[in-house]
Amino acid sequence: MAQITMTQALNLAIDEAMAEDPGVFCLGEDVSAKQGGGVFKVTSGLTEKYGEHRIRATPISETAIIGAAVGAALAGQRPIAEIMLMNFVGVCMDQIVNHAAKLRFMSGGQTPCPMVIRTTTGVGVGFGGQHSDMLEAWFAHVAGIHVVTPSNPADARGLMRASIDANDPVIFIENILCYGLKAEDPGPGYRVPLGKAAIAREGTDISIITYGRTVLDALAVADDLAKEGISVEVVDLRTIAPYDEATVLASVRKTGRALTLHEAVRPFGTGAEIAANIQEKCWDVLKGPVRRVGGTFSAVPFASHLEQAWIPNKGQIIEQIKASMDKL
Amino acid sequence: MSQIDRDKLLDIYTRTMKVNRTDEKFRELLMGGKVAVMYYCVRGQELVSAAAMAALEKEDYVVCTYRGQGEQTAKGIPMEKWWGECLGKATGTCKGKGGTMHITDPETGIMVTTGVVGSGLPIANGLAMASQNNGDGRVTLVSFGDGAANIGGFHEAMNMAQLYKLPVIFLCQNNRYGEHTAYADHTDSPNIASRAAGYGMKGVTVDGNDVHQIYPAVKEAVDRARRGEGPTLVEAMCYRMMGHFFGADFSYMPPEHIAEMKAEDPLPKLRKVMLEHQFTEEELDAIVADIDAQINAAVEHALAAPLPDTDEIYKDVLEETA
Repeated sequence: MAQITMTQALNLAIDEAMAEDPGVFCLGEDVSAKQGGGVFKVTSGLTEKYGEHRIRATPISETAIIGAAVGAALAGQRPIAEIMLMNFVGVCMDQIVNHAAKLRFMSGGQTPCPMVIRTTTGVGVGFGGQHSDMLEAWFAHVAGIHVVTPSNPADARGLMRASIDANDPVIFIENILCYGLKAEDPGPGYRVPLGKAAIAREGTDISIITYGRTVLDALAVADDLAKEGISVEVVDLRTIAPYDEATVLASVRKTGRALTLHEAVRPFGTGAEIAANIQEKCWDVLKGPVRRVGGTFSAVPFASHLEQAWIPNKGQIIEQIKASMDKL
Repeated sequence: MSQIDRDKLLDIYTRTMKVNRTDEKFRELLMGGKVAVMYYCVRGQELVSAAAMAALEKEDYVVCTYRGQGEQTAKGIPMEKWWGECLGKATGTCKGKGGTMHITDPETGIMVTTGVVGSGLPIANGLAMASQNNGDGRVTLVSFGDGAANIGGFHEAMNMAQLYKLPVIFLCQNNRYGEHTAYADHTDSPNIASRAAGYGMKGVTVDGNDVHQIYPAVKEAVDRARRGEGPTLVEAMCYRMMGHFFGADFSYMPPEHIAEMKAEDPLPKLRKVMLEHQFTEEELDAIVADIDAQINAAVEHALAAPLPDTDEIYKDVLEETA
């Protein structure tokens, strides 16, 4: 099989879903061919195939974009709405939280909202405080939404297909630094079920529970520590909410130690919820407190060295793992 | 004077009285302490809702607000289901999980009732976009108040609807109050419909208490939308003859405003039109009596209906738990 980037993986998944189901369509700022197929080219080439009605370039109107996706979903279509950068969800939170997430429940199950909200973000590219945040915890705190993020091209293809298939809203987070990752193409029709984590690397001493770009950091740390005789297991959640509790707990029961890792700021992050849950349910086997590593509790800074200091780094992860194993 | 045929007039009258009698019954139940729920009275706005729903086809979509009783009952939600939902019963449209502010009944086209001012407009665009995409010929009508015209979603939705020529009708029921704030205290422009011009959209202001103005205005907007000519902003001037919600203080309404709204009450005006069209007092009274009987039966049914199972709090969250 050919090697594909994450950008190509997402494009292929959307393309094949649109080819199979006329109810699937994309809308968002700059997504059509007239604007170059999306700022990160994920929708490149699709306007030529499916026309401007199904690749709708919108005004800069996040509330109208998500509202339109909600309405179209209620009418039985499967919109893929793009919010160009994740920080802009602040503009349309009402449509996501009060409407997309709740209409199934509030209607007694009559009006599900099958829609995907694609959004890009990531620290490390110098975009500063309003274009970089990982805000997954905001949505993980709301019942009625799936929150998904891939860490590699194959998962990107499979998770996107599964997200389009889902009969509920999905927040699909694409990390800007992962678009260029290359891996073997899993091929047409490939799906990764929502709510199913992957063991990205097996280990026996400690479980790192993470997702998205920081999976790469966790794998690099695992390589480094293997040389020191520490065996790290890496759990890639893939779906952040509702997450695969069974896989997480089984991993921790095996290793007896856990560390949660995310790019988002540490306080009140998803790591706090996961750590609390592990401590409630694995107390009998835990050899120490669950450790948490996350971004610094401030706005993402601009200057490159500040930004690098802000991001959770390998050194911090290694330090926490060693502290957990009394090997500092 | 517009030419509305007798059958359509009778249809509008029947729907109007259904809205009015439902409103009266609800207030009676609330005042008598028989039920204690949030209810947003529609007294004074019955005709606007009824005429607008009479201009739609059964398959058309409607998005309304917490003050949506008029659209909901006039569009035809079965009364037992409507009352069941308002009383939080398992027999309600939403199994008692939505309530008065979130009545949903896709079978009659009531797709969303939102409790958030102005949030319905962007969603209406999406329903209309689906119709434009799949060519099903439906139009979508979204009802909202003058207060909603000042939220950002209004602007975003109006621009997008006109840009794509979506088959949508924006029905602004200008009842002169946004929650407890008078129109002049929240908006300086003389009307809402003039904003349409800023989007390149057609906008009209009509007297919502005059059937010969409101029905033709909405009908024309519906026909334009169905012909693919795009959206219309219809502003229906009307009065909210009660407080923001049942039980709310509205002593802040100036006496001259109250005198004006009593003089403009749409119900006596509509009755007069009906008599002019050779309907008899007896015929009109019989229609109301029939509606009252239906409402009373529906209320009895709802009062006796079972409560939803407590397990319902875990259901319909995501598909897996449905």
